Amino acid sequence: MSFDEWILALHVLSAFAYVAGIVLFWVLVVAVRRADTPEETIRMTPMAMVGNAAVGIGAGGTILFGIWLAFSYGDYDIWDPWIIAALVLWAIAGAFGQRTGVVYMAGASKARELADAGQSGPNAELLALNRSSQGVIFHAASSIVVLIIVIVMIWKPGA
Amino acid sequence: MTELLATVRPDDWNFPLFLHVLGATILVGATLTCASALAFARGEVKLLRLGYFTLLAVGLPSYVLMWGAAHWIYSKEGLDDAPIDFTWVTIGFVVAEGGALVFIAALITGGIGIRRLPSGGEGLLKATLVLSLVLLAAFVVAVWAMAGKPD
Repeated sequence: MSFDEWILALHVLSAFAYVAGIVLFWVLVVAVRRADTPEETIRMTPMAMVGNAAVGIGAGGTILFGIWLAFSYGDYDIWDPWIIAALVLWAIAGAFGQRTGVVYMAGASKARELADAGQSGPNAELLALNRSSQGVIFHAASSIVVLIIVIVMIWKPGA
Repeated sequence: MTELLATVRPDDWNFPLFLHVLGATILVGATLTCASALAFARGEVKLLRLGYFTLLAVGLPSYVLMWGAAHWIYSKEGLDDAPIDFTWVTIGFVVAEGGALVFIAALITGGIGIRRLPSGGEGLLKATLVLSLVLLAAFVVAVWAMAGKPD
């Protein structure tokens, strides 16, 4: 394998990590909708950290190795329309993902606040935060944009 | 080699390739989610169930999609009757078909473990966790091979 082929493998592995993180967060988005106690909400935090790591490594790796490949591969240039489209979509997906994180962190913060105050029973405000429709919309938007990136990477329109 | 393949890949391979990649990425996500939930459950029934049912309800359909689309691409390339002579294809087949056995074993042990909850079954779900981690490691090797295409 050449150096570029190694970089391509790392680029694709990063993309897998990114999507794996998104899938993990989908499961958490569904699971947390039933969590109305601080304990149930806080229990999902370690899983969310795994998801954050996967998305972080995935997003960082795809952009870093992707840009390297755009400069290194003879057939592709950084200003190719499909590469520019992918870069723009990557930024949009990241922005949606960041907003999703902010929305669901509010539930996690509330759960810690309630736990610190010694409240362990069901809490309507916590349940409302965990059931945020805004969070679902942002995560769906992020997922759709990543799906479009995969389509762009495979079809390479304009290449 | 990869550059050449990317350049010459006919357009009508793109859709099955998309389905293959979609299934594979979701499968890796489901396996990661299952392993995380089982690892952090510490006996908590809800997380154990979340981990197992993610593998069953998300992992299994995505495995079928990944595997079916892989065979679709293979038949489109007209390689059904040809010997497998690329290392990366061999790795792909070994992981997809050997991995299917491990995946089924993980579902069976986990399924029995879930039925025995809450009074027992944690040991079986730990076995599912170990099998999920083995699958994750195998999937990383398969993705590396599919993307880097070692000779």
